[in-house]
Amino acid sequence: MAAPQQQKLKVNGPVAVTANRLTDGAVVWRTRDGGWSVELADAAVVTTADAAIALLAEAGKRDLDAVGPYVAPVLVGADGALAPGNLRERIRVAGPTFELPQ
Amino acid sequence: MYAYDEFDRAFLAERVAEFRDQVGRRLSGALSEDEFKPLRLMNGVYLQLHAYMLRVAIPYGTLSAAQLRRMAHVARTYDRGYGHFTTRQNIQFNWIKLDELPEAMASLAEVGVHGIQTSGNCIRNVTTDQWAAATPEECDDPRIWAEILRQYSTLHPEFTYLPRKFKIAITAAGHDRAAIKVHDVGLRLHRNEAGELGFEVLVGGGLGRTPFVGKSIRDFLPARELLSYIEAIMRVYNQYGRRDNIYKARIKILVHEIGAEEFSKAVEAEWAAIRDGALHLTDEMIADIRARFIYPAFAALENEPAVLAEALKDSRFATWHRNSVQAHKVPGYSIVTISLKPVGAPPGDATADQMDVVADLAERYGFGEIRVGHEQNLCLPHVAQQDLPALWAALDAAGLATPNVNLVNDIIACPGLDYCALANARAIPVAQEIAKRFSDLDRARGVGRLHINISGCINACGHHHVGHIGILGVEKNGQEFYQITLGGRADEHAQLGTLLGPAVSYEQVPGLIEDVVDTYLELRAGPQELFIDTVARLGVEPFKERVYASH
Repeated sequence: MAAPQQQKLKVNGPVAVTANRLTDGAVVWRTRDGGWSVELADAAVVTTADAAIALLAEAGKRDLDAVGPYVAPVLVGADGALAPGNLRERIRVAGPTFELPQ
Repeated sequence: MYAYDEFDRAFLAERVAEFRDQVGRRLSGALSEDEFKPLRLMNGVYLQLHAYMLRVAIPYGTLSAAQLRRMAHVARTYDRGYGHFTTRQNIQFNWIKLDELPEAMASLAEVGVHGIQTSGNCIRNVTTDQWAAATPEECDDPRIWAEILRQYSTLHPEFTYLPRKFKIAITAAGHDRAAIKVHDVGLRLHRNEAGELGFEVLVGGGLGRTPFVGKSIRDFLPARELLSYIEAIMRVYNQYGRRDNIYKARIKILVHEIGAEEFSKAVEAEWAAIRDGALHLTDEMIADIRARFIYPAFAALENEPAVLAEALKDSRFATWHRNSVQAHKVPGYSIVTISLKPVGAPPGDATADQMDVVADLAERYGFGEIRVGHEQNLCLPHVAQQDLPALWAALDAAGLATPNVNLVNDIIACPGLDYCALANARAIPVAQEIAKRFSDLDRARGVGRLHINISGCINACGHHHVGHIGILGVEKNGQEFYQITLGGRADEHAQLGTLLGPAVSYEQVPGLIEDVVDTYLELRAGPQELFIDTVARLGVEPFKERVYASH
């Protein structure tokens, strides 16, 4: 399967821009002030393709902080809380869905 | 074990220094990600869902105790305390930080291991039988020839930018444990009527989105012509392989499109021009490589010593012995498979502590040698039978004596969507849940030999096409679904599985697999008929009727 970065952009609801932090690969989200945060709650959320394209373009200008940015679906709760919008993003946020070897 | 020399050590040290510089330049901004990505991939560094992943080659599946212990150190120091053994005789570390990668690589290089050519469109880690030089079935040690190919292909300038990646596997035994028929090139080492060593050469096998079983293009290639013939194959592939479409770039597509006969003619023509050149292997060259393999100094021992006979009165030991111990070519010795599939654990994962235990036990009981099989289990190839009870007790204490090798819960699974950026669906939790359904190992033994292979996407790292039961994860409208195939096999009778029916949901998979197994138990001609033979005799229809009626 093609990675999200290689897929055609579809915006059918709230989305955010996500990437991996350069130094350790940790999942990060593009913030409203043009930075990156490991907290999804800090993510800038947009709802149109044009806004998503603009957010993605801005995020891609500098690749020293985060790598491979792409647009990912998010869910916005009644209280405004953000949650990952699909299984892939849930796993990226929460980690593998089984107990890691110890 | 193969003894690396000063050239090998210097080469690896230089390579680590080069990568350390590349990482430094990436972190400083001197290299962009587009510039850095191909450099890190050439060293086996991928960016996965939540971290970098380092893939390290285990050439022909052979590890020394010191190497395994160092892998434990890397897992403990730079990762999260475990590693994942893959279906290609590699190990993957899933949580490595970029800025710590050079240190981890330097540590590995000190014991002669690395990630070079575990990624990229080059000749990858050459794989072979994990029972090499131990099984009585084989005609020669296939690792000799794998090492010759390793030295030939490492950083080969002509084959560094192939149309696509290229995988070679070798077996020297009648029973193929290396899955040679589903590799780009499969080599079956055997002797002709005159007693000379040579290879049957198969090309164009492979799994992925377009699976094929390899075609034989030569029954007998004299062993000393191995490199010139491989080079002829590579040149034909390099010239005619497609570079315009990544999905049609593997050699299997070329062989399929022009036919094995035409492909063979092109190879033979190329070979005729180069076979007497520098790649002709002389007896001295082969002897030099052969001499660098250091074999154990086996003692003169009898089979079935008294201490073993006494230990076999213990039913738990006897059960493990029947399942995990195989005949060795030297009297008084055995081959021991160590299952990395304890029920409910991620298939192929080993903790740093477990790696240390296996390294210690290999030194104490197995001449310091460990093997890795494509089934994601470990192996101690040379264990004195008199030491088996003590070895078992130590493995058991470390959670490494699950007697389920080749049983229904000895499942091959790729990392799937829990780690992999390419995956559509999870594989490991599916394997865990199926394994739990058969956690009663008496029940699993009653089922007999049954290979379940699970892939989280069409790229088929979990070899689902050649599982007796194959499970492929797909994504439909944001949900995980799984296609089930029956009747695949990866051995000398390799064939691709047949689709059972419509894909089922994540939650339905374990129950469906139980129904398939129960159907087999009802339909088999007797306890001696294996699952794969029942499917071959009846086809998938009886299974389809029974299974889908209840789902």
